[in-house]
Amino acid sequence: MEKLKSLLQRKKDLLSVYFTAGFPHIDSTVKVLKSLEKAGVDFVEIGMPYSDPLADGPVIQNSSTIALQNGMTLKKLFEQLSEIKGEVSIPIILMGYLNPVLKFGPEKFVEECKKNNVSGLILPDLPYETYVEEFQELFTSHGLSNIFLITPQTPEERIKKLDSASTSFIYMVSSAAVTGARDGLSAQQIEYFERVNTLQLSSPRMVGFGISNHDTYKNVCQYAHGAIVGSAFIKHLEQAGDDEEGIISFIKKMKTGKNAE
Amino acid sequence: MSTSFQPDERGFYGPYGGAYIPEMLIPNIENLKENYLRIMNSESFRKDFKTLLEDYAGRPSPLYHADRLSDHYGCNIWLKREDLNHTGSHKVNNTIGQILLANEMGKKRIIAETGAGQHGVATATVCALMGLECVVYMGETDIERQAPNVARMKMLGADVRPAMSGSRTLKDATNEALRDWIANPLDTFYLIGSVVGPHPYPDMVARLQSVISGEIQWQMRNKTGNSNPDYVVACVGGGSNAAGSFYHFLDEPEVQLIGAEAAGEGLTSGKTAASIAMGETGVIHGSMTNLMQTDDGQITEPYSISAGLDYPGIGPLHAWLAKSGRAKYLSVTDQEALDAALQLTQKEGIIPALESAHALAALNQLDLKSGENVVVTISGRGDKDMKTYMERLKLT
Ligand SMILES: Cc1ncc(COP(=O)(O)O)c(C=O)c1O
Repeated sequence: MEKLKSLLQRKKDLLSVYFTAGFPHIDSTVKVLKSLEKAGVDFVEIGMPYSDPLADGPVIQNSSTIALQNGMTLKKLFEQLSEIKGEVSIPIILMGYLNPVLKFGPEKFVEECKKNNVSGLILPDLPYETYVEEFQELFTSHGLSNIFLITPQTPEERIKKLDSASTSFIYMVSSAAVTGARDGLSAQQIEYFERVNTLQLSSPRMVGFGISNHDTYKNVCQYAHGAIVGSAFIKHLEQAGDDEEGIISFIKKMKTGKNAE
Repeated sequence: MSTSFQPDERGFYGPYGGAYIPEMLIPNIENLKENYLRIMNSESFRKDFKTLLEDYAGRPSPLYHADRLSDHYGCNIWLKREDLNHTGSHKVNNTIGQILLANEMGKKRIIAETGAGQHGVATATVCALMGLECVVYMGETDIERQAPNVARMKMLGADVRPAMSGSRTLKDATNEALRDWIANPLDTFYLIGSVVGPHPYPDMVARLQSVISGEIQWQMRNKTGNSNPDYVVACVGGGSNAAGSFYHFLDEPEVQLIGAEAAGEGLTSGKTAASIAMGETGVIHGSMTNLMQTDDGQITEPYSISAGLDYPGIGPLHAWLAKSGRAKYLSVTDQEALDAALQLTQKEGIIPALESAHALAALNQLDLKSGENVVVTISGRGDKDMKTYMERLKLT
């Protein structure tokens, strides 16, 4: 949590990448994570694959299905993370759905997170109210920051409530949509980013969902602390595999708009 | 009216229910939560709902004393004939209610999920009635096995979209409908077809379907002098016809409530949809309930011959009725349901839906005594299942 917090205070134009654990191969998790750090990504979200990811579009759904077919489980993910403990220093956030966490056992889950240097959690189907009542103490006592989502439809008072409960950043969902790469930003989206900026929130914001290329990344950085790339990167993994060089040049292109030499 | 089995303010029935939904859906769900009871209790809603149920859907549905079936079981079998409703099942009770709500809330676009296609047809029907745009998500597997209903929805003007993930059945169609709602938060109303999903859907749908038990009460009183039967038996997919059949009897402990789940090829065959018998507590489609899952918390692909029961979860009310012991849930295999369908057809001249056949088959597991009154809800008619009946009963 502290590592993530200080990074958000220190740096602007952050680039964060989402990838699904165990995709495209069961042992891709570590390889992709290390390659992303080497490529200069600021922090990562590792997706815990789920059979019924209802906030995800087809690209991430498909990667989850394949990861599950590959035999990916939470237990396996924690084993993979413990293998590389100390070798990766960028903050790690786990993203997934509530049911596998409940089944794993919330106490055991946060213990494993703590042991493996996980900084935060994004659980889209864990609503704020339930989080506060049932999970807040457990998460914070294990150094885990719970990351809240907001959307263009989130009312102002609710944004403020989420802001005060936030201990790292707020995840600004770029539009009313499930995950998936899209081109360009609409006037409506910009209006929404500007509106949120006028609220003078204490938490930094990262924009995610639909960030697909250098232009959208750079664009949203004008309105927020940085951007999170998900489906576009999963598509890259689908096409080019988990090869380190390919990942480095994908990130370089995202950051600079130029292809690697 | 029942009190002890009502959900609390946050939609919990004991430990089950609630609203485990992504932030994207919160404004819509809050809006519905704040308005559904106010609208449903309003004079104008009650009047419109009653008029449409009577003049459009053909309610009250008969409570029919099935003489030959009664002889067979040695007691009084009463069939609650939801199969005679317009569109052929109980689903229309709910869609009429929700379309009135959607109208009142100013929504112009209706989305729904469907398994057997009965809810899809009932939704497409009320959308045609009200002149509203209608999109129905249906698993690709179900599109194949319920072709007549797909044709009906299309003729009614609905856009039927295949769900291509998972086992391509009801669970996957529900995921797609929720994704659509996330992407269309302003103009769209999600018309859920059963007592599942986040609060307030389970409560809202149970209330709308409670017209079934309300009628059973006065029909039983008129016919037997006692408004309480000894048993009420209904099939359980998500659990809406069962919730509607049980509703007014929840606080009448002398009435035994029996739900019939689909065991598929058998409880331990790995091909089943019996969420109470085989499930464990977990979250599905925004609700904490009983669901079939793996040791890693992945939702299991369900299986039943009946598309309407082919769902790995169950409404939170039923999870609570099972846990608290108020209702009992029995499992019925594909074959038992087929046999029961044939029996009803040949003894009473009524071809039931495969779903409803599960309720009929559950009678074989009850210790019925002479003089007892047993109400069985025939949730729908069998027209949509003729292909399966022809094949499995070797009728060609
Ligand atoms: C005729 C019929 N009965 C029962 C069901 C199961 O739904 P529920 O358990 O919500 O009544 C369906 C669902 O499609 C149906 O079409």
